Amino acid sequence: MSAISFQHITKTFTSGPRTVQALQGVSFDIAEGEFFGLLGPNGAGKTTLISILAGLSRASSGQARVMGHDVRTDYQAARRALGVVPQELVFDPFFSVRETLRIQSGYFGIGRNDAWIDELLHELGLSDKADANMRQLSGGMKRRVLVAQALVHRPPVIVLDEPTAGVDVELRQTLWHFIARLNREGHTVLLTTHYLEEAEALCQRIGMLKQGALVALDRTSALLAGTASTLVRFKTDDPLPADLATSARVTGRVVQLPAADATAVEQMLARLREAGCRVDDLEIGRADLETVFLSIMQGQGVAA
Amino acid sequence: MMGWRDSVGGALPLFRKEVLRFWKVSFQTVAAPVLTAVLYLLIFGHVLEEHVEVFDGVAYTRFLVPGLVMMSVLQNAFANSSSSLIQSKITGNLVFVLLTPLSHRAWFLAYVGASLVRGLAVGFGVFAVTAWFAPPGLAEPAWALVFALLGGTLLGALGLIAGLWAEKFDQMAAFQNFIIMPMTFLSGVFYSVHSLPAFWQGLSHLNPFFYLIDGFRRGFFGVSDVSPWISLGVVASATLGVSALALHLLRIGYKIRH
Repeated sequence: MSAISFQHITKTFTSGPRTVQALQGVSFDIAEGEFFGLLGPNGAGKTTLISILAGLSRASSGQARVMGHDVRTDYQAARRALGVVPQELVFDPFFSVRETLRIQSGYFGIGRNDAWIDELLHELGLSDKADANMRQLSGGMKRRVLVAQALVHRPPVIVLDEPTAGVDVELRQTLWHFIARLNREGHTVLLTTHYLEEAEALCQRIGMLKQGALVALDRTSALLAGTASTLVRFKTDDPLPADLATSARVTGRVVQLPAADATAVEQMLARLREAGCRVDDLEIGRADLETVFLSIMQGQGVAA
Repeated sequence: MMGWRDSVGGALPLFRKEVLRFWKVSFQTVAAPVLTAVLYLLIFGHVLEEHVEVFDGVAYTRFLVPGLVMMSVLQNAFANSSSSLIQSKITGNLVFVLLTPLSHRAWFLAYVGASLVRGLAVGFGVFAVTAWFAPPGLAEPAWALVFALLGGTLLGALGLIAGLWAEKFDQMAAFQNFIIMPMTFLSGVFYSVHSLPAFWQGLSHLNPFFYLIDGFRRGFFGVSDVSPWISLGVVASATLGVSALALHLLRIGYKIRH
């Protein structure tokens, strides 16, 4: 059985005279115990897809399941199996951290949950904030509480919607340490993130959304191997030849160009020399997920 | 078919949270409305005491007490569910409840139940303070209790609907100022509808709040403008109708699940 299953999910929004097709027939499954990354630029439909899974939004057509439970017809079982860390930094200003977590446990029918709540507080570095009111916490601390709230009922499936957006390095490390432990203990994790190095380091498999459609779905290692595997990086003040400029990623003076193999690198350097382009600080490295991501987002994508 | 536990089992924690929410700021949510009602009693009572006798042998201030108590129950029951929902929607923390397995019935019981508790708490506070100035007596207390419970439930459910419907605070204020306030003020809190011209009397009889106040007052003086059984019929029907609508809106996730 899949932990998460999306079957032909479409979602159409109507705002005034405009209709926007936010998702156009997305299908994929995530196996139990998997650490899965869902990537895509803003507006690609990641949050919409997660909202449909969580019951915050309804698909126009198609079916979503959590641990085999349909999110519409069997919503109670589906939501018990799911813990969602929402993207927005929301909180209830009336309560302390511990009250918030006790109340959230109650919604799931768990009366006495203090042992697990204490463990969550400890793991997320919140022990000394347990009795602080939510209003008094910094943004990073509120984010930790959101994570704890999603986990109070020990859900087998955990969804994190850009949990590290605007979060300091310490929390990112604390969080990933803890989530990786839960994943080792058998929890399935679905992560959306803008930080591609996080996805590369953590996710066993990756799906990429572009304009509401799935344009890539593969093991992270296969995705890295499947596209241009070499990355040429250098600094220059001269304009690039037009044929190279289209595939280049330029940040200030730094230029990054993908190349399939060593021959392609030789040809590229020859082309630069011919064009009179002066190259400094040349490095040749392995392509990272960012390169894969950009080449997929710019091109037609790879077969899913 | 859902079992009892799946259907309403989770209502209690949400109910407790909703009660805690207003109790933590009870100075504003309970004490303030009690003070307002006492001011009404002192001012209207003082001005009108000598001039108005609504029921034979019942001084105006005594007549006013049950009306003020009921008005407080109604307004505070409405304020509780409506303000909780609109605040949670606007700040976004409603998501914590939306993500849970709570059924629409559990939502309804929790929000309306907490509204009823706040309505009754304020109503009791107003009664305790005003009765000290003008003890109204309790001729048929069962009627008073029945109408207080139904009034709190009706307005709690109405507040739930308003809270789901409104997207901004000014929409909520409009609902409160243009629907709830006129209906409570024109229901006979401050007068017996028999003292009105025929047209306004007829119009008052279309207002379900009139039956709430009239039936409630019956519990204190043993007299009322219409039979308490008619009032009970009207109020119970209104409560059932509004509750059914609120349950339906919760079930379809009206304006909260997109």
